[in-house]
Amino acid sequence: MNKRIAPYYWMTVPAVVLFFIFMTLPALQGIYYSFTNYNGFGKGYDFVGFKNYFNLFQDDNVGNAYWFTFKFAIVVTILTNILSLLIALGLNAKIKFRNFFRGIYFLPNILSVLIVGYIFNYLFSNVFPIWGQNLGISALSTNILGSESLAWIGIVIVAVWQSVALNTILYLAGLQTIPTTLYEASNLDGAGKWREFWSITFPLIAPFFTINMVLAMKNSLMVFDQIVALTNGGPGRATQSISHLIYTGGFEGGEYAYQSANSVIYFIVIAVISILQIRFLQRREMDL
Amino acid sequence: MRSRLRTNWPVMLLIVLGTLFILFPLYMTVTIALKNPEQMAQSVFAIPTILHWENFASAIDMTNFFQSFRNSAIVTASTVILTLLSNSMVAYAIARNMEKRKFFKGLYYYFVSAMFIPFPIIMLPIVKLTASLEMTNLLGLILLHTVYGLAFNVFVYVGYIRSIPVALEEAAFVDGATTWGTFWKIIFPLMAPISATVGILTCLSTYNDFLLPLIIISDPSQYTLPLVQYVFQGQFNTDFNLAFASYLLALLPMIIIYLFAQKWIINGVTQGSVK
Repeated sequence: MNKRIAPYYWMTVPAVVLFFIFMTLPALQGIYYSFTNYNGFGKGYDFVGFKNYFNLFQDDNVGNAYWFTFKFAIVVTILTNILSLLIALGLNAKIKFRNFFRGIYFLPNILSVLIVGYIFNYLFSNVFPIWGQNLGISALSTNILGSESLAWIGIVIVAVWQSVALNTILYLAGLQTIPTTLYEASNLDGAGKWREFWSITFPLIAPFFTINMVLAMKNSLMVFDQIVALTNGGPGRATQSISHLIYTGGFEGGEYAYQSANSVIYFIVIAVISILQIRFLQRREMDL
Repeated sequence: MRSRLRTNWPVMLLIVLGTLFILFPLYMTVTIALKNPEQMAQSVFAIPTILHWENFASAIDMTNFFQSFRNSAIVTASTVILTLLSNSMVAYAIARNMEKRKFFKGLYYYFVSAMFIPFPIIMLPIVKLTASLEMTNLLGLILLHTVYGLAFNVFVYVGYIRSIPVALEEAAFVDGATTWGTFWKIIFPLMAPISATVGILTCLSTYNDFLLPLIIISDPSQYTLPLVQYVFQGQFNTDFNLAFASYLLALLPMIIIYLFAQKWIINGVTQGSVK
């Protein structure tokens, strides 16, 4: 018997060792440093208790980064889900070359976020302004990434352009699980398209709605690559996301311990939001 | 009823218009990469009449493309292989024992809970750790990518393995097969569909990752493709045509794979995310 069971324990060894060294240990270290005043490169540091945490709540840069990240994440989540659901409905309708279009719409998802960001950066600074000037739209005729109040919209556009791809494919997978007989029955009952959507389609893809909302929210709360490629947090600090702040403050600003405390808070925020979202949306699934 | 079977032209038209939004940035990338500054000055949008292939040669030269491509390929391929081997193995042990033994159940939650840990929380310590282990190189990248996929992959693998009937393994045990033999000869081949999914997702995320190489790698000879684009951004500022040729070169390997394995990739991604 033991000869059969022992190998199961051995099978866990490579993953457990790697996971402990490169995930658990650093996470514990991060929490440990958050109670010190370590600057990241020297040798000495002191314990400061919860001082970093108190300071976080009075720091304008931190508040600013949280405000930007949340504003960004909520807008991206909503836009991505509306657009991808519409596209998925279109791709599920009776059209020609369905697989070809599915392929095209998924394409952005396989491309590097950083490079997509650089390409859009060029479009925002050199291409869209030409259209704006030709069409006489003043908002478009300058580079919106250079404007403190508009730059975040540029990042939203790029993030949505890319994340719609994945959500569309997931919604499409959901739509294909709905039996066509249900639509035939509702057709016989004389239900309109609108009614059909809200009474059949939407309730039946509720689990896919949950997964898409959680994925889109989680991914956009972690936004980093787009920021680096488009604005580097600027103009000023108008588009600095939380992860960008932790990166720049921690590595370049000598705020190692302070940003460690920030990332502990960030972890708690993301965990709470994800759990609440799953709870809330799954309860909705069951009610229907 | 009949109307359902006919092509829905209004929807078709909207779908075609939608593809323009996706293809326009890609059209710009390709055309800019093939122009020279004089052609750009005439019109940014026009299809280039004379193709400047030498942009690619200069971009390859400037960014040392083949070296960074080699690095990206090594990291991606090794990560995929290591992930498939280590993650499927631990997932199998967990899936077959989590009901009877607390250790494996605990292990499952230990791994899966990491799905909620945002990368920045370990970002700062991991740099110190890899530096002290002298792993600020491709090996370090491979190990870290393998670990960061573990939470999600174990979750997906365990779900799949539990749907494989135990009877097969029991028959093998009766015939005198060892646990290892059963895993490699029976279970591992049976997991091919889910391994394909895990492999595709790992391949995409590793190849496109930028943050991890950015903080780990310091030696330019070890740069991966996204990192090269970042490092050379400043030098490109004077010449957009070279920059775009370089972007296109970095994007191309995945686009080519995608063209050939499109259906497979889409199915794989769907399966992985919905499970």
